[in-house]
Amino acid sequence: MNHRILPRFAVLVSLAVLAVAMLLPFALVLLNAFKTPAEYSANGPLAFPEGLSLEGLVDFWERVDFGGKLLNSILISTAVAVLAVIVSVCNAYALGIGRIRGRTWILAFFLIANTLPQEAMIYPWYTMAKEAGLYDSRLSVIIICTVLQCAFGTYLMSSVLGQFPREVIEAAHLDGAGRLRTLTHVILPMSRSTLTVMFVFFFIWTWNEFLIPLILLISNDNQTVPVALGKLQGERMMDATMSSASALLGILPALVFFVLFQRTLTRGVTVGAIK
Amino acid sequence: MAVHTRAEPAAQHRTARRPRRARDRGYWLFLLPGLVLFTVVVVVPFAMNVGYSFTRWPGVGDPEWIGLDNYRRLLKDDLFWTSFRHNAALVVAMAFLPTLLGLVLSALMFDLVAKHFGGRTVTALRAAYYLPQLLPIAVAGVVWGWMLHPEFGALNSVLDAIGLGSLGQDWLGDPDLAMATVMAVMVWFQLGYPIVIFMAGLERVDPSLHEAAAIDGATWLQRFRHITIPQLRPEIFVVLLTCTIAALKVFGPIYVLTRGGPGNATTVPSYFSFQNFFEKASVGYGSAIATTLAIIILVIAALFLRLQDRNS
Repeated sequence: MNHRILPRFAVLVSLAVLAVAMLLPFALVLLNAFKTPAEYSANGPLAFPEGLSLEGLVDFWERVDFGGKLLNSILISTAVAVLAVIVSVCNAYALGIGRIRGRTWILAFFLIANTLPQEAMIYPWYTMAKEAGLYDSRLSVIIICTVLQCAFGTYLMSSVLGQFPREVIEAAHLDGAGRLRTLTHVILPMSRSTLTVMFVFFFIWTWNEFLIPLILLISNDNQTVPVALGKLQGERMMDATMSSASALLGILPALVFFVLFQRTLTRGVTVGAIK
Repeated sequence: MAVHTRAEPAAQHRTARRPRRARDRGYWLFLLPGLVLFTVVVVVPFAMNVGYSFTRWPGVGDPEWIGLDNYRRLLKDDLFWTSFRHNAALVVAMAFLPTLLGLVLSALMFDLVAKHFGGRTVTALRAAYYLPQLLPIAVAGVVWGWMLHPEFGALNSVLDAIGLGSLGQDWLGDPDLAMATVMAVMVWFQLGYPIVIFMAGLERVDPSLHEAAAIDGATWLQRFRHITIPQLRPEIFVVLLTCTIAALKVFGPIYVLTRGGPGNATTVPSYFSFQNFFEKASVGYGSAIATTLAIIILVIAALFLRLQDRNS
């Protein structure tokens, strides 16, 4: 019996060791975010903190006005998630339920556009935003991200709606419901889980967006969380404890999303990939 | 990626033609906002970018038309070729290695851990592997920038603590090492995605296949090769395609971790074009780089999809 159980445990142990290694950076950040700079240089990054010093966290928070950055990120991500879900649903309604002619091509067009690198559009976005008076405005980022996200949303939602029971729609039409009413009163309530998946993904993707806010939101007041962190890091302006404090503040929202949306996320990753 | 279309019986189509047209028109209205937005935000800017690439333009004043000069310069620019070599390295780090590792790990979790140690263990392991994926890439960069710092970084201290202090390095500052370090960080970042996809795919595989093979005396490795991998083919395709595209587009990690340095040891096309746009004020040349990158990505995506079509 031993020779069969032993390898199983060996596998389990190696998988667990790998999991610990994957989580090690998170643990180290947590361990060091609460140290004073003096403590850090005396005891190094592996020692247990002597007390809970909030110095690094507070310093960083005030230096970049982290509260403001959080608000910007929340505002932009929520707006994009709502708008992109609406646009995706409208697109998908025409493609999946309406089955309008040329839908394969239209969908292909959306998807091709989605694979273009942002670098191939960033300079025109920059000049267009300047001309439209939207440079350094959160609105410009919201508009661009909405369009970029809804390519995936259109794809996902149209394949879900493509399998929507036709009888239900015909019944709604017979009852005298128009197209808009059928959409809002029949189709949307029945697609709630796909809508949630899209909302969560759009929110997190927009939260994580880097290049677009980096270029378009130049002033401190409009910046998002990742840009504030990335810029400081790139400029090598932080000491060790402030670095780990800033990393912790960057990680926390992601952890909150993970806890809140864990089930939607795992479901979503898979619906998105294979249809 | 099945798009549900085509194959509607022709006869039905013919009889339903007129009402269908009228019905179509109503649905087009729903598509209108999306198409307009897409044209304004994606199509027009991309066309503008292609247009800029034929000019010399510092970003102010009028662009000067120079035809294909930027592209000619590109072909002779060593830095451009170097940046593409780095891109290839990132495809290995972000697409191939995570796919390979992800396959082995998810098969082990699915076949062994789930069976003998319960679903909860699997959920916990999967969550641990997936967690880095949730971080904004810039935040992941901050975490690793701090970990890898040559003087106060945690990695060198960990090595010291386990008696391997002599292996300590200036991980991101040494031109010979920087790219390998970035690659390792990207494997860490990317690994969770294929695992989640493959684990879900494995649910789909008919368990009787494995049972039959086990009765025939097939080892785990044989079953992995002859059942798991062929059954997961669609998932492997999707993961390789999306991760390859992501690797070609990579910008954030380079910006945060190395700014393309030391020297140009980690520069990639996206960062190279960014520098031309916003640091060197040569918008025309930056646009040419970005356009070339876009074309390469589209060609690779098309090749992938062709290959998938032929395989299925």
